[in-house]
Amino acid sequence: MNSLRLALRNLKRNRRRSLATVLAMVVGGVSILLFGGYVQNIVCGLQTDFVRAGGHLQLEHKDYYLYGSGDPTAYGIADEAHVIAVLEHDPVLAPMLLVVTPTLEFGGIAGNFAAGVSRTVYASGVIVADQNAMQRWNDYGFPGEPDVLALTGTRPDAAVIGLGVARVLHLCTALKVQDCPQPSGPAATLARESTNAPLPSDVAQLVDREDAVDRQDASTTTSKIRPSRDAAAVAAPEIELLAATTGGAPNVARLHVAKAIDLGVKEANDNYVGMHLPAAQRLLYGSAPSEVTAIVLQLRHTSDIARAKQRIETLLATTLEGAPLAVYDFRDLNPYYGQTVALFAAIFSFISVLIGAIVLFTVGNTMNAAIVERTVEIGTLRAIGLRRGGVRRLFVSESLLLGVVGAGFGVLTALLVALLVNHSGLTWTPPGRVNPIHLHVRVWGEWTLIASTGAGLLIVAVLSAWWPARRAARLEVVEALRHV
Amino acid sequence: MEAMTLRRVHKTYRLGNVDVPALIDIDLKVRSDCFTVLSGASGSGKTTLLNLIGCIDKPDAGEIDIAGQPVAALSDDALSDFRLRHIGFVFQNFNLLPVLTAYENIEYPLLLTHMPSAARKRRVLELLDAVGLSEHARHWPGQLSGGQRQRVAVARALATAPELVLADEPTANLDSTTGAAIIALMRRMQRDYHVTFVFSSHDPKVLAEADDAVQLQDGRILAGGAR
Repeated sequence: MNSLRLALRNLKRNRRRSLATVLAMVVGGVSILLFGGYVQNIVCGLQTDFVRAGGHLQLEHKDYYLYGSGDPTAYGIADEAHVIAVLEHDPVLAPMLLVVTPTLEFGGIAGNFAAGVSRTVYASGVIVADQNAMQRWNDYGFPGEPDVLALTGTRPDAAVIGLGVARVLHLCTALKVQDCPQPSGPAATLARESTNAPLPSDVAQLVDREDAVDRQDASTTTSKIRPSRDAAAVAAPEIELLAATTGGAPNVARLHVAKAIDLGVKEANDNYVGMHLPAAQRLLYGSAPSEVTAIVLQLRHTSDIARAKQRIETLLATTLEGAPLAVYDFRDLNPYYGQTVALFAAIFSFISVLIGAIVLFTVGNTMNAAIVERTVEIGTLRAIGLRRGGVRRLFVSESLLLGVVGAGFGVLTALLVALLVNHSGLTWTPPGRVNPIHLHVRVWGEWTLIASTGAGLLIVAVLSAWWPARRAARLEVVEALRHV
Repeated sequence: MEAMTLRRVHKTYRLGNVDVPALIDIDLKVRSDCFTVLSGASGSGKTTLLNLIGCIDKPDAGEIDIAGQPVAALSDDALSDFRLRHIGFVFQNFNLLPVLTAYENIEYPLLLTHMPSAARKRRVLELLDAVGLSEHARHWPGQLSGGQRQRVAVARALATAPELVLADEPTANLDSTTGAAIIALMRRMQRDYHVTFVFSSHDPKVLAEADDAVQLQDGRILAGGAR
């Protein structure tokens, strides 16, 4: 009859109280696991969004991250094709890579001069096919089809703008944007008066020059890749995008707005202009050799980041020596990701501590009640010859058993509840998203979370029994035997 | 040969702000292999004296030797080990562990001594047979009568073959017939196993069975015992 068997029999002796204690532990365990699984899903979802949009790693001019937004042409990557070729053909790096694609990001002024309005924007030039390939990254097995870029299948001079840009540039009607409030008061009058006003002469000259280049490019490109401009031009509204070129001189491109999209965040909606990379390069570099501001690398797995980054740094020191480049991972480039993960980790820790405290006092209360009820038994055991340590071991064993049963059933129940939630069809709309997504609680497969929750419950159970067990062990034998 | 010796033992309890002397200058020797009864009215100090002899309480002054071993200086763990191997207890309320069967209650002290399984089983079955409960080995205490429970308690007290068995009013919760049967059993066991039995009682039938009787009054020995 070892301590565990004796403990088990003592627990069975007061079934109702043992059951209530186990139930408290199960509820605690389920709460921690479900919330942990929910948080894990948010973190995985957030990571998936960032990795689909900007890859795992980005190669940039070493000063671009700090200074490039003010003058992107001064901090570009020249000969990006060579750099990409080196990355794609490196025998160490290649197996880890899914997509390598250049991007060009810059600030400018978008204007709807026909309506007499303009605003500052942040433009992004991308290769649509590569970006769509990046959208297919799904390391965490999220359900649903990947998003397709709104620029897909559009003409080379097409642009996609945020809802806020469309609203400010008075393009809501033309782009059939729902729920787009019209300005009132003097702004509305100004907008109506300036409608159909001609372009300022200097801007018109710049636009004409860009259009001439566009026509030349169009003549050398197959119609399969570049849809007929004339056909689309009839319906698509136009904006003029003004940006500074390499020498600081202004340049303007006329872009056909294919769509206004909701990016889920007002700041992004108010500033975003997406366009094809060649058009962006032509606007910034004209006939000069064009550059990009970043080379985006999407890896097969997030866990490869450290290895891939180390390899790229080796390449920058050898094959690509002399190129003023630096490599950043998506966490460096998106501090919001780390802040969000840290926030949820803090909330999770806080809730876990609260639940742990509740479990601690519940088990402690059970042990205290058991000790009061069994004081004479404790005295008898001590009189027979059981040492103080044996008494402690007996009560800690009971608590440990409660912990094992509570943690075991807690994990099983959490898996079951998570399964039900995941198949319930419930949806929610996380911050920064437009469309609702399935409510998913990621418990199955999160072995670290499961193991740490189970171990945590066991530790709390043992800790909660420690003090009452110590008290029981220190009872005077005579006093214990006299207890009524 | 003495099973135990007490020299100038003194014990006082504090009740509120008042010191109540429970034992005053007790000098006592108890012969080995004898049936010794401590008698006296309630409050005379019988239970206190048994507690001191059983090493579950400590005297304020004086020396106690049990089986030739001075016990005053032993640590708590050493005292536990000493009780396990040298002293058996029979309680007025039987004090069997309710979650253990009769067999397991007798086996429990042997488990604490780490006796090998086969020897342990032999010893438990032998004791069950000796107290006439072989058929009740798998019964829980709640399934046994008062007399049967006390028989299990006697067997448990003898499990580790102690030199000394202490019984505090072992028949107080039994009817007279059952009580007499228990006394007879204890007497037989004392002779068969050559153990010293010391118990408290004011039952004349018990006193009649005793080899030695020690009478206590107000914490002092009035008569009996080797002084």
